[in-house]
Amino acid sequence: MVNGSEVDFGIGTEEHQVPPSETLADTLRERLGLTGTKVTCDNGACGTCTVLMDGKAVLSCMTLTVECGGRRVVTIEGLRDPLTGALDPIQQAFIDEGAFQCGFCTPGIIMSAKALLLENGAPTEEEVKEGLSGNFCRCITHYQVVRAVMAAAQGGE
Amino acid sequence: MAKEYRYIGKKVPRRDAVDIVTGAVNYLDDLRMAKLLYGKVLRSPHPHALIKNIDKSRAEKLEGVKAVLTWEDVPDWRGGTPGMTRILDRKVRFVGDAVALVAATTEEIALAALRLIDVEYEVLPAVLDIEEAIKPGAPLVYDEFEGNIVPPEFPLFGPGCLTGVSMGDVAQGFDEADVVVEGTCGYQNLPNAIPPEPPGVIALWEEPQRVTIWASTQAPAVDRMILAGVIGWEVDLKVLGHPVGGSFGTKIVVWQLESFACALSKASGMPVKMVLSKEEHLATFVLRPESRMNAKVGMKRDGTVTAVSGTWLVGTGNHSTTTQAQIAVGCGEIQLMTRCRNWDLKSAIVCTNRNASGSVRGFGGQELKCAFVPILCLAMEKLGIDPLDFIKKNFIKPGDGYFWRDGSWYQYRGIDYSPAMDQGAERFGWRDKWRGWLRPSSVNGPLRRGVGVGVHGNADIGEDVSEAYLRLTTDGTATLFSCVTEHGTGQRSNYLKMIAEVLGLPLEKISISPSDSTITPFDFGPVGSRGTYAIGSAAIAAAEDARRKLLELAAPLLDAGVEDLDTEDGMIFVKADPDRCLPWIAVGHDRTILGYGRFEPDFTLANCMTTFVEVEVDTETGKVTLLEVVNATDAGKIIDPPGLEGQLNGCLGAAGIDSALFEETIVDRGTGRILNANLLDYKWRTFAELPVIKNVVLESAISSHRFRAVGVGEVSTAAGPTAILMAVSNAIGVWLVEYPVTPERVLAALNRVAGGPQGGAA
Ligand code: FES
Ligand code: FES
Repeated sequence: MVNGSEVDFGIGTEEHQVPPSETLADTLRERLGLTGTKVTCDNGACGTCTVLMDGKAVLSCMTLTVECGGRRVVTIEGLRDPLTGALDPIQQAFIDEGAFQCGFCTPGIIMSAKALLLENGAPTEEEVKEGLSGNFCRCITHYQVVRAVMAAAQGGE
Repeated sequence: MAKEYRYIGKKVPRRDAVDIVTGAVNYLDDLRMAKLLYGKVLRSPHPHALIKNIDKSRAEKLEGVKAVLTWEDVPDWRGGTPGMTRILDRKVRFVGDAVALVAATTEEIALAALRLIDVEYEVLPAVLDIEEAIKPGAPLVYDEFEGNIVPPEFPLFGPGCLTGVSMGDVAQGFDEADVVVEGTCGYQNLPNAIPPEPPGVIALWEEPQRVTIWASTQAPAVDRMILAGVIGWEVDLKVLGHPVGGSFGTKIVVWQLESFACALSKASGMPVKMVLSKEEHLATFVLRPESRMNAKVGMKRDGTVTAVSGTWLVGTGNHSTTTQAQIAVGCGEIQLMTRCRNWDLKSAIVCTNRNASGSVRGFGGQELKCAFVPILCLAMEKLGIDPLDFIKKNFIKPGDGYFWRDGSWYQYRGIDYSPAMDQGAERFGWRDKWRGWLRPSSVNGPLRRGVGVGVHGNADIGEDVSEAYLRLTTDGTATLFSCVTEHGTGQRSNYLKMIAEVLGLPLEKISISPSDSTITPFDFGPVGSRGTYAIGSAAIAAAEDARRKLLELAAPLLDAGVEDLDTEDGMIFVKADPDRCLPWIAVGHDRTILGYGRFEPDFTLANCMTTFVEVEVDTETGKVTLLEVVNATDAGKIIDPPGLEGQLNGCLGAAGIDSALFEETIVDRGTGRILNANLLDYKWRTFAELPVIKNVVLESAISSHRFRAVGVGEVSTAAGPTAILMAVSNAIGVWLVEYPVTPERVLAALNRVAGGPQGGAA
């Protein structure tokens, strides 16, 4: 399941099949056209490619698609309310705080923040920083991001 | 006249905000195109070698491979300044230099093809150290550059291009000084700006010579100019700009990757995409130039600098397009922070066998200051001068003059930044924390705290030309045509705010064109801090021009003079009698109104950033922790508060303050290889290690354009590194003159104190 829709691939080396070595990031971006998930390091170091798997943050560049059978994957494209199209409160909080500059790291940070809030609806600022410590942001949006995540958490209570 | 603005200064979501938070922004690698090929580069394992033999036949036979190019196949395209660097050459000049190019139907096939290319090298001795490189007998990176010295001219800046600072009589200046110090300091840790999005391009070559480039660059018009210089002005070249996933100056110059993609597209007849991997990005894309200065400074007891002489060595790697320009701008900037009558400062550009240097936020000034300010500090220490007092006294004042990048003399007509410095100092608590040179501000067992302050200013805020068109449609909408891409500052949205104020239109009625070089007029792009004043002025002028044309059309209909009219929310009315009004459409539903705006360079204004830092040093482990940063500036009228905050907080990353604390590119001097070319080994700041940042921003009326604003984004990285060195030196009581302040360096410095008398600059 990706963003609520059933996705089924055969495993193999034919063109329509997913090779066992293909990463989830590649499957999402290249096969499913879900380019909202960005890739910075492709090496597990930066958190840019973060998506949710069964509600937990995973690095899609380090996850093999073959391992995702039966799992629920949510990407940045799947955060909006599927019926109303309304933004997730975290997305809205990022807009309200202007918590992005170039925006390339933002989908990954939002997904990490989503996982964090799913696990802990009322985090302290320290917990937010800890929860996002695997996310690289070179523009330095950290301060505005922390405020946005805190605002989203408080709004959601 | 204090007018209440509708949008300027207000927190208004950026135009691309929803797209960013939903992942809908299409960066270069997100573009999808039919028949797209993937380009990859075979790279040299040697820092310096000749290609004796290269056999591509096995690679060409691989199914899916559409083109394989070696130095024997490519046109004689050359780039860099001066244009000496061939896109592929028989000689490779650094580990990672391009040896061959492949285009194939998938990335995997392209990578597999690289492994099938057989290369035989004749390895040459390499030179990696700039001081070694200028010694007689050193290996030559280019036969044409004797002593590995690269010519200093930057053609765009004209024949007077600054290569140093020369004025007055330094001998007399040193005579007048109360103290003369001499020292050497280097900023040679090669920090990498590392925007998250890797450099990338798609090129389509259509015969006979039409080329379309989809580029990740913030300045498509400049990109077009540089690339045309490489592949030929006769080529019908169009560049389409896209949102840029961070640049920090580095993606202004991407001709190399673009020319690779052009050559592969020309050879294959299909569009070719090339995106660097992160490892390639760190190991083969541009680094900050390295900077080393030996200088002598004369100073009076009151902080007057009486003379500066010295030599600034700038390492440019195997080539660069912008190093000469960085030197020219740096030489201007040093005068902005040091009011001195007598100068004899020379520079020399040295090439070595490492990857190229390029433009990075702080453009020359940061490199120069990082090497120069520690030497200035030695003089301040001898005279017991508080560095804040020095900065206040020595930063440019209205009426002062300076030589700028073109070698001309300009008189500064901006504001005195002392009030911003004072307010920053107060916010930071400078007067309480400053205890004198080489004295900690507090000691708690092995933990010692120290403070430092740095300053940076740039007269680039009005550099180069910007043009804009503003199209009014009489249904009450407007479109800005501008060759500026969004690279993180939010400026594209800010121009819409400015236009909304000029036209009295709601923001949602105004849109902006793609940054397509075929439909937009020329713009030098958002480089340096020119976005607010230079580009903003062009957008404003275009809007004013369109507005005037609109009112001229309406005047006869309202039986009034143009000056008597105003427009608000798509209505034109007589100011004295607002009931006499018409909607825009009354001037004709079948009419388009086009305004044109142009900004001419103005080097008589400068911005200023003063950065205060407090660090804590653990004298047992050598670890340095940055506790607090206060950035103090005056931006004139603030256009976009969250965007400004983001730019100022950006002082840490992108090779800014952190380049003094822990960032460095580690080059193995034996093999020429970069040892930390990935995001695991290159250190970067995480969410878990954030210092307190306070930004003090004054809003004086600065004589720029009608909104009285200037840009300060670029300069936020540049004032901090010298402040860090100062703060750590003060904390431990001994001078540190190398970046970054690693635990090993701190401990070594502490041992020096314990082991003997304290030295001056190394
Ligand atoms: S892109 Fe996956 S962790 Fe960096
Ligand atoms: S917003 Fe640019 S890297 Fe985070």
